[in-house]
Parts: sequence; structure tokens; C-alpha cells
Amino acid sequence: AASERPPQPIRSADNAPTTNKRSRLAECLWLVANKPILPQTRVVAMSGQSSGCGFLMSVVVHGDSALNEQEKELNQRLRRLYPAVNETETPLPRSWSPKDKFSYIGLSQNNLRVHYKGHGKTPKDAASVRATHPIPAACGVYYFEVKIISKGRDGYMGIGLSAQGVNMNRLPGWDKHSYGYHGDDGHSFCSSGTGQPYGPTFTTGDVIGCCVNLINNTCFYTKNGHSLGERFVSSLHPNLYPTVGLQTPGEVVDANFGQHPFVFDIEDYMREWRTKIQAQIDRCPIGEREGEWQSMIQKMVASYLVHHSYCATAEAFAKSTDQAVHEELASIKNRQKIQKLVLSGRMGEAIETTQQLYPNLLERNPDLLFMLKVRQFIEMVNGTDSEVRCLGGRSPKSQDSYPGSPRPFSSPSHKASSSQPHPPGFDSNCCNGVTSNKSHSSSPHSHKPCPPTSGSAPPASDVSLNGSHSQQPITSDVDMEVDHFTNGVTESSSNGFLNGSSKHAAEPEDCDADMEVESTQSKRQLCGGSQAAIERMIHFGRELQSMSEHLRRECGKNSANKKMLKDAFSLLAYSDPWSSPVGYQLDAIQREPVCSTLNSAILETHNLPKQPPLAQAVGQAAQCLAIMARTGSGSCAFASVDDYLH
Amino acid sequence: MACLLEAPLRISVLSEVTATSRHYVDRLFDPDPQKVLQGVIDMKNAVIGNNKQKANLIVLGAVPRLLYLLQQSSSSPELRTECAVVLGSLAMGTENNIKSLVDCHIIPALLQGLLCPDLIFIEACLRCLRTVFISPVTPVQLLYTDPTVIPHLMSLLSRSQRTQEYITQIFSHCCKTPEHQTVLFSHGAIQNIAPLLIYHSYKVRMQALKCFSVLAYENTQVSMTLVNVLVEGELLSQVFVRMMQRDQPIEMQLTAAKCLTYMCRAGAIRTDDSCVVLKALPCLVRMCSKEHLLEERVEGAETLAYLMEPDVELQRIASTTDHLVAMLADYFKYPSSVSAINDIKRLDHDLKHAHELRQAAFKLYASLGSNDEDIRKKITETENMMDRIVSGLSESSIKVRLAAVRCLHSLSRSVQQLRTSFHDHAVWKPLMKLLQNAPDEVLVMASSTLCNLLLEFSPSKEPILESGVIELLCGLTQSDSPALRVNGIWALMNMAFQADQKVKVEIVRSLGTEQLFRLLSDPDSNVLMKTLGLLRNLLSTRTHIDQIMSSHGKQIMQAVTLILEAEHSIEVKEQTLCILANIADGNAAKELIMTNDDMLQKIKHYMGHSNVKLQLAATFCISNLIWNEEDVQAVVNSDCAHKGSQERQDKLREMGFVDVLHKLTQASDPNLCDRAKTAMQQYLA
Repeated sequence: AASERPPQPIRSADNAPTTNKRSRLAECLWLVANKPILPQTRVVAMSGQSSGCGFLMSVVVHGDSALNEQEKELNQRLRRLYPAVNETETPLPRSWSPKDKFSYIGLSQNNLRVHYKGHGKTPKDAASVRATHPIPAACGVYYFEVKIISKGRDGYMGIGLSAQGVNMNRLPGWDKHSYGYHGDDGHSFCSSGTGQPYGPTFTTGDVIGCCVNLINNTCFYTKNGHSLGERFVSSLHPNLYPTVGLQTPGEVVDANFGQHPFVFDIEDYMREWRTKIQAQIDRCPIGEREGEWQSMIQKMVASYLVHHSYCATAEAFAKSTDQAVHEELASIKNRQKIQKLVLSGRMGEAIETTQQLYPNLLERNPDLLFMLKVRQFIEMVNGTDSEVRCLGGRSPKSQDSYPGSPRPFSSPSHKASSSQPHPPGFDSNCCNGVTSNKSHSSSPHSHKPCPPTSGSAPPASDVSLNGSHSQQPITSDVDMEVDHFTNGVTESSSNGFLNGSSKHAAEPEDCDADMEVESTQSKRQLCGGSQAAIERMIHFGRELQSMSEHLRRECGKNSANKKMLKDAFSLLAYSDPWSSPVGYQLDAIQREPVCSTLNSAILETHNLPKQPPLAQAVGQAAQCLAIMARTGSGSCAFASVDDYLH
Repeated sequence: MACLLEAPLRISVLSEVTATSRHYVDRLFDPDPQKVLQGVIDMKNAVIGNNKQKANLIVLGAVPRLLYLLQQSSSSPELRTECAVVLGSLAMGTENNIKSLVDCHIIPALLQGLLCPDLIFIEACLRCLRTVFISPVTPVQLLYTDPTVIPHLMSLLSRSQRTQEYITQIFSHCCKTPEHQTVLFSHGAIQNIAPLLIYHSYKVRMQALKCFSVLAYENTQVSMTLVNVLVEGELLSQVFVRMMQRDQPIEMQLTAAKCLTYMCRAGAIRTDDSCVVLKALPCLVRMCSKEHLLEERVEGAETLAYLMEPDVELQRIASTTDHLVAMLADYFKYPSSVSAINDIKRLDHDLKHAHELRQAAFKLYASLGSNDEDIRKKITETENMMDRIVSGLSESSIKVRLAAVRCLHSLSRSVQQLRTSFHDHAVWKPLMKLLQNAPDEVLVMASSTLCNLLLEFSPSKEPILESGVIELLCGLTQSDSPALRVNGIWALMNMAFQADQKVKVEIVRSLGTEQLFRLLSDPDSNVLMKTLGLLRNLLSTRTHIDQIMSSHGKQIMQAVTLILEAEHSIEVKEQTLCILANIADGNAAKELIMTNDDMLQKIKHYMGHSNVKLQLAATFCISNLIWNEEDVQAVVNSDCAHKGSQERQDKLREMGFVDVLHKLTQASDPNLCDRAKTAMQQYLA
């Protein structure tokens, strides 16, 4: 498992790459993972550049901090305006395209300023430029603005939209699949050479906006922050690009795709449409027959409670709603016990208990066992695993106690006494595919113990970080699921579209938990600080390494496993793993996917669904939204599943 | 008593019904208080949602007994509360119920009840009071007769969510005059109600917001205070802006926009403030769109019209926002032809609102077009606009007629429209008809519009003249309303400008010199100015001057003397001197001045006045007097005229005018200097 790519510089907020210390220990483990085994001594400080580690994230470092600021603001604004857009699939327009323009168009200022450089004698000299990307349907409502820097000789400027391939030697609106609002006469052109009287004329100093409503297929323009009135566009082409056209010398315009606050209050307009869509959903008729809807919901809730082994609650709920539970109570309790162990970080015990209660389960699932073991290794680093804790490591209290229901839609947090009634329903819950996905995608944002990456990394790399890391524990999940569910629900767990829409604004409770963790972090020590525990951990690491090699020989290459191990080992590359870029693994929230995967595997052996119907429904809804986004149905923008999960 | 024939039947039905009702009332008189309580509770259950039962109980005299039980301190708190609840329920019925309750003095009794410490009882009383006060038949004044009531209500505001809801609702319905505003304001309404704007209950927030809208309306004091109010560290205007967000209920958006509108019109917020330009105005324009209820569209349009009335910039912005001008055309399409066929209920609804919609649209058009020529053009080019105004002028609803004439007035400020669309559609015809018989407020607008139609370039001027307008206008000058007098005399003034001799004579004859002089001593300076203007227009061209002066010279000279001697503004004196200058331009009329040494002295005095305008007008007058007639081709007997001018020149020289003129040739004002030099040249000629 040699490193395949050259080492990446790692940037953190206060430390330059060279000063981010790698311990010798890391070196050792790395070598453990790579072949020869060296005696372990704790020699501090070696250059971070010298040898590779498994950290795959690349960080773009901008020299121009002002530009960086602007980009940050742009990304923030775009994420806020278009939370439903999955930019890995459909990137948002951020500037004019230097390739998709007529030769009379000149671009400058990061491809945001457009000027005319032709003769400008006749309409034949008109020239247009399109943005780099078309408007994704998942925007629901899309908006951009253009400021007229100079009206030039005659002010024959057009602002609007056009599809790919529309002639650029024209002003927007003159041709099919092209729409524009022109400054000289204030007319609007809808795929026609003759305009309709629409609004006032515009000139130097004016800010013109163009809004596309992909829900009701209208578009409207704004002038200096005032809406000029909606225009219905009968057949709005699905992939329209923001477009601007100029025709006489001296004409200069600047675009604002979100780099700056808009003059027009587009967010207010979007609010109206969000309310409309949500009212439509609320009014949606359900179930013809009386009581059918209710009993279905009850079944879903009950099965959900059972799935996550809230046995007391499930029992009480089943009793009061008059339902049968399809699993023995003892079995539920067993699962509950194991889950509790996993969620509190006591992986060794969890594995042992599983082997006791469900012999052959882990033997038949070597990948699962490997996953559990890797988690055990991480918990060792964390100082929470039973094996290292008994070695006398002093571990901060917050490390072994799993923070109580940290997020609205997350794993069950089993309290000491399971008979304590849990809030039923959605309040604190988990479902394996979707939740694990969610916790992954949001952890770098809200739970991340490594602030430096989030701050400076552009979202693209942020996303890739999400993808690469979160995919990993799930891949095995997906492999298993495919047999049973081919309806796309599992696909929903493959990260991505829920990405941006996860709640960044964590609940206050959540923040508290976070802060508590942060504050104790400074006192944290590897494996709880005990030398014996460290040795045990190193030893375990070696076992893990050999297990990995064994697995590869037996079952062939498994890139997910390889990466999982690499990530886990990378923890040792830092003197303070908790604040390292891979430190998120140590977060208690990362126990959830492991926990749910194990739970699903157990349930499968009992021929019970590995996913509760509730989670399937949520996954299906999310998947539907993704399909809507792909097929150009704009209302998906305002129907986030998350909005209904609290 | 018209249905006397049916009486037997009615009595039989009534007796059947009242038998059960009477039982309820009888139980109120039971000696056992427990049974009384049970009786009241049963009554409560019997009347809920049953208007007939409510009416019966009122007829049978339940109200005084309930009030008695409510006021009796010996009654248990429970009984008193139940009484208030039943009364509240009775009030929920028809307007007649409310009238009966008010006649039984329910209001003072309930207000008295508010002094009780029991919160449940207070809430029941407030609930009933609320229901009574929001009815249009209740005189709002009853809330203010006892001066201790308002402060007590203020103090109850903090008691519970219900007291908040009911009290704010009472306030918002009972604040109808500036006096009411002042009473509420001086008892701390703003401080007490402001925190409720961010209360968790929507009802409370909404009623609090309504309170602010009625408090701020045309009230500078309240509005000025409001702009500085902070609610949890946020400026009130920002709270209103948040309430206008597009995901808020329409009612809330609309009322918040109203609050900002009223604050802006009262001068507390500038018209270029972003909360007005970028928030309130677009919000109100949105309210005019088709997707909203008819009531909301009416209110939106009226508020918008009020907001931008004085500000041309807001008018310009609104005129381009969301195609407002075209959007308003829809207001005239009710009842729509579709609804007439399909849905009787809808038709009824449409019919009920059709007038309101039309008048709101006319108002908004009037406001939009009051300053900007381009907007006026846009309005008149809207589909069938002029036809709609013309038919609006003769609608049965006074509100619509008034709004239509306001709209017409606004558009009549456009020279182009006067020359084209106004003439094409003969708007003067319905306008003249309207003037024959209409309430004062309509007359003011109509006559003001007529003033513009009588401007000399207006092609409608001729036909209007022929329709006997002079008598009508002369009649207006005798009105008690200063606005009507101004408009009457203003229209006459416009009519006299460059008019035929015949018209002028007709004006003088019809108005009568007596009335003319009465107007010259009118307490309203606008009337005086326009009357002087009329005189000046009458005394144009030489032959007209001589003719009028020959018949009315004496009186006119007298009036001029009086005005010049009295205390008047510079503008009035200037206008008077101009009249004198016109008289001096006459052939024979000149003599009226030349023979009046006193007047000449006055002119001399004004030539040396500190105000250049007066100096100029006086110099003009002298210049006309000394004019050498030979320059004028039209003079027949040049010899005679020349002789005359020579004489006048001599006399004026004697009186020292030459010295004065000489001095004025050195004046710093170029016009005055030129005028003096021209006059001096006459001496040399």
C-alpha cells in the first residue's frame, strides 16, 4: 500500500507546512503500513515534507488575499441562495466564459468585466458572451446582475439569457432560445428580432438584473433594484446561460454573479416561492381512506424504533398504537447493547460482544470486521477503546461519553438506562444510509476539529474531501445493499446532493457539545497518555496492517478498505491528531455510520430489513429531488427533505 | 307595521320560540345563586352560533339582567365571568344585537368590570368590549368618555396574551381622529404596544401593527416618535421591513407598508429612504397584482397612491415597477364576463368590489401622473383609458366620480394631452355635467380640471365657452369654499387670457363689478391673486382696455388704490402695478392715471421701492404713459396722440419722474436698467 501520489503540502491556520510537526511515531506507523517494521521511539519533529501520508486533500493557496475574500463571499452567497444545487454535478456560473464569446468581446477583471472592441457600425457588429456554466434547475430561482459602467457610443446593450450554441454575433433575444432586455429602447426580446415594449431604457450607472424562475417558467428583469415585471416564457430552454451583448464602441459592463450583494432583494423573492412550494406540499392530499395514513405512519415509527433498538419506547409505542413487533425483545436488547458500545467508543468490547451473540456474523463479513477494527484503532488513538483504557490512560471525560443527541437527524444516543423513554419519531434518530451520509457531509463544516481546512479551502475541494472520505465507509454498505434495493435508495447514501443542504446552523445544543469538546482537546493526549496504551495501539496497528494484507489476498483489492486504513494511520502523523486535517475521524459522530452498518448486518442475519422503512422513505424523497434537479424541475430547490426532519 | 297582515302568524311562531327562550331568562332570576350560574351557562351553550336565539333573548330582556349580575359585587367571580361571556356571544350576532347592547349601556358596565382583579373576568369583559367596538354601529367615542379608561387599558396590556390581543384590537378600531391619536399617544401607546410587534402570537403582532398604522396616519408627532423607537435593539422601521418580507401573510405585509407610508407622509422618513423606495413601494405595487384578493388590491393601490402623491421620483419608480400602469387596467374588468356566467357568488363579490377597485385605480393613476409628462402619456395610452375616465365621471358612486375627476385633473396638467386625447374624447362634456350638481369635494376637483381645459391652447376651450360655462364659474366665485372660489376665478382668468372682446364683456357682465370688488377684498390671498390676474387679462389689447375702463374705470381705479394702500404681499402689489401698466397702455384709459396725481405719486414711490419686481412694474407703467404713439402703426390720429404724449411727458417731468428714471438707468438689475433707458429714449424722440 505504497503512497501513490506525491505528498501534499498541508496548510493550517497558524502553522506553515514545515512547522506542522510529524512525530517519528508517525513515521514508524507509516512504515508499518508500508513494510519494514522499526522499533518505536518517540523522537519528536521531522520535516513534514519528507515523506508521504494518506492525506488526499489539496488546498489551493491564493496569493491575493482580497481575491480570496471575494471568492469566499461568492461561495457563501451562492451556497445560501442555491442550497439545493449540487455543484459537482451542475456548477453555478461564476464568470463570463473566455471561450464562449464573439471576438468583438473583451474580458477583464477575472472575466467579470465585458467591453466591446469591434467597429460597432451596424447590428452585424453585435457581440455576446455567455457565462461559464448554464443555470442549474435546482436553483429554483436564479438571479444575476450587470452594472453598466459605460454606455459607450450608443448604448446598444442587451442583458439576458441564451442557450449553448446560439450565435454570439448577435444581441441576446434576437434568436431562438435567446432572451434579452435592451438598454437603448427598454424593450424585451424573446427569441425574436422585434422587441416588445417592456421597461425603461438604461444607461451608464444603472444596475440591471435578470431573474429566471425555473418553477413557473417566467423571467423578469430589474433596474436599480426594482422589478420591472414578469414575462412568461412559454418554452424556456432547459440549459440557459447568463448572457450579455454589446454593439457599439466604449460599452463596458460588469457582472455580479454573487460576488457582491445584489441591489435587488432576490432572497425576498425566493422566500415567497419557498413559501408557495411548501404550501403546495402541505396541501398535497394524502390517503383516500380514513386512518390509512395514520396507521402507515405508526408502522413506520414503530419499525424505526425497533430498528434502532429503542426497545422500551418501541414496546410502549407498539402497545399504545396496537401493533405487533416483529422482533424478539431480547434480540432488540442485544443489538442495543452492541450499539451502545460502539457509540461510546468501546469497540473492542463491541466486537467481542458481537462475536458472542452472533457467531459467524463477522467471519462471514470480513470487510465489516475490518471496518470495526479500524474504528477500534481510531478509538485507541482517541483513548476511548476499552483495551487502552484499562491500561491506565487518563482520558478526558467528554471523550468516552457520547454527546447526547447532538443533531436533529442522527444516530440514537443510548443513555445509560435504555428504559428511559426516548422522544419518539424524528427527534433523535438515525437511519443508516442517509444519516451516515449526512453526518459525513456535514461533519467537516460543523463538527470539524480542524478549522484550518474549512476556512481556506474552496468548496470544490471541500466537496471532494467530503466525497472521498464519506464514500469510504459507505461503499461496503452500498455493495451489500445493492442486492436488496435496486430502486435507488442506496444511491442516496452515496453522498453529494445532500451535501450543501445539510443544516450548517447547528442547534444550540450542538454548539455546546462542540465547544465542550474543543476545550478539552487541548488536554488530550494520544491513547489517553499512557505509554503502555501507545504500545498496545502500535501493536494493534500492525495487526490491522496484516489483516488488511490478508484480506487483500483473500478477497482482492479493496480501495475503500485501503483508504480507510490510510486515513486512520494518518492520525499519527500529527502531534495533535485532534486538530489535524484528518482529526474528524476522532469525532464521536463518526461512530454513527459504523454503528448503523453493524446494526444493519445483524438485522440482515435475522432476515429483517437492514434499513427501516422510514429511512427508505427519506432516502427516496431525497432521491426524487435529485431526479427533479436533473430533469429541470425547479421546485426541487424549495423542498429540501431536511426541512421536514425536525 | 307594514306587515300587519302577517301578524297572527308571526305571533304564533314567536310565542313558540320565545317559550324556550323565556325559560332561560327566568332562570336568571332564581334566588339560588348556583342555579343562576347554571342558567347562565346553559344560556351560553344555547346561544352559540344561534342568531335567532340571541335576538330572542335580547327581546326578552336578558341583557339588563345579565349586566346586573355582572356588576353585582355579591355575584361570584364565576357567575360574573359567565355573564360577560354570554354578552360577548350576543354581541357576535347581528348589528341590531350590538345596537341593543350599546343601548343597555353595556360599555360602561364592562369598562367598570375591568377594574376587578380577576384576570379571567377581565379577559371576558375585554373580549365582549372588543366585539362591540369593532362593529361599525358602535360610536367609538364611548371609549374616550371616561378619561381613566385608556390608562387602565394600557396597564392591562401586560397581563396576558388575550388582554394584548383584545386591547390592541380595540385601539386599532377606535382610533379615528387626531384627538384619539393624541389621547392614545399621550398615554404611552407607543411604548406599550411596540414590544408586541415581536410577540410570538401572530394575532397580537398583527393587531399591534394595525395600532401603529392608525396612530401614525397623518400624525407628525406620532410618526416622529415612531422612527426612534427600538424594539429589542432594532429600529421600528426595520421591524416593519421584516414584516413586509414576501413570505409573511399578505395582511401583515400590507399593514407594515401602510405604517411606513404614513410615517413617510408625516415627514418622519425621507422619500428616498431605502425602506420606502426598495421595500414599501415594491410591496405596495405587488399588492396591486391580480393574484391578490380584491380588498387587498384596493387597499394596496390606495396606499400606494397616498405614498407617492408628493414625490415625483417615487412616481417614476412606481410607473416602471412590475408594469403597474398596465396592471391597473385590470381593475376595470370587474365583474368579469367569465364570472357572470359561471358563478353567482363570485359575481356578487365582484360587483360589490367593482366600484372600490375602479376608484382605487383612478386614484393611483392620478397620483402616478401628477408630475411626470412621460407617465401621463403612458397612462393615456393604456387600453381604453380615456373612455374609462369619461364613463367614470358619470358613475353613480360618488367615490368613483371623485377619483375619476382627480385622475382627469392629474392628466390635464399635460399640454399634449389637453391638445389630443382630451379633445378627442370630449371630456369636457361629462365634466360640465358633473359641475352642474355635485358635492363640494367633487366640484373642487372638477373646476380645477376645468381651469386647465380653459387654457388658451386647449381645443376644448371653445366648446366649453359655448356651453354656458361663464355663469357656472361666476357662481363658483360666490361659494363659501375658498378652494371653489379660487378655481372659479382661476378658470375665468384663464378664459380671459387673449380672449375675444365678446368673451371679456360677457365675463364682466356675468360676474358683475360688485362681485369683482368683493373678490378683490377676499380673505384668501389666492383668490385675490387670481382676481387680479383676471383683471389683468381683461385689460389686455388697447381697444379692450379703453372699453372696459370707460365703463368700469372708476371702480377699478378705486380698487387698485385700495390694494396699493393696504398691507399685501409683494406678489399682490406687483400684480396690481401690472394692471396699472395695462391701463396706462390704453388710449383713453391713460387719462385715468394722468389725472390722478395721487396715483402718480404712488407709482413714483414704487419706482424707488427696495423690491426690484415692484420697481420694474412701476417703471413699466410710467414707460407706457410717456410712450410716443408714433411708433405704433395702429394709431389713426397720430397728431392727436403725439400731442397727448407730449403733454404727459411734460407733466411727468414736472413731477420729477425723469430724475427717477435717470437714477434707474444706473440700476444694477439689467432688466430695470433697460426699461428705464427705453423710457428715457421716449423723451428724446
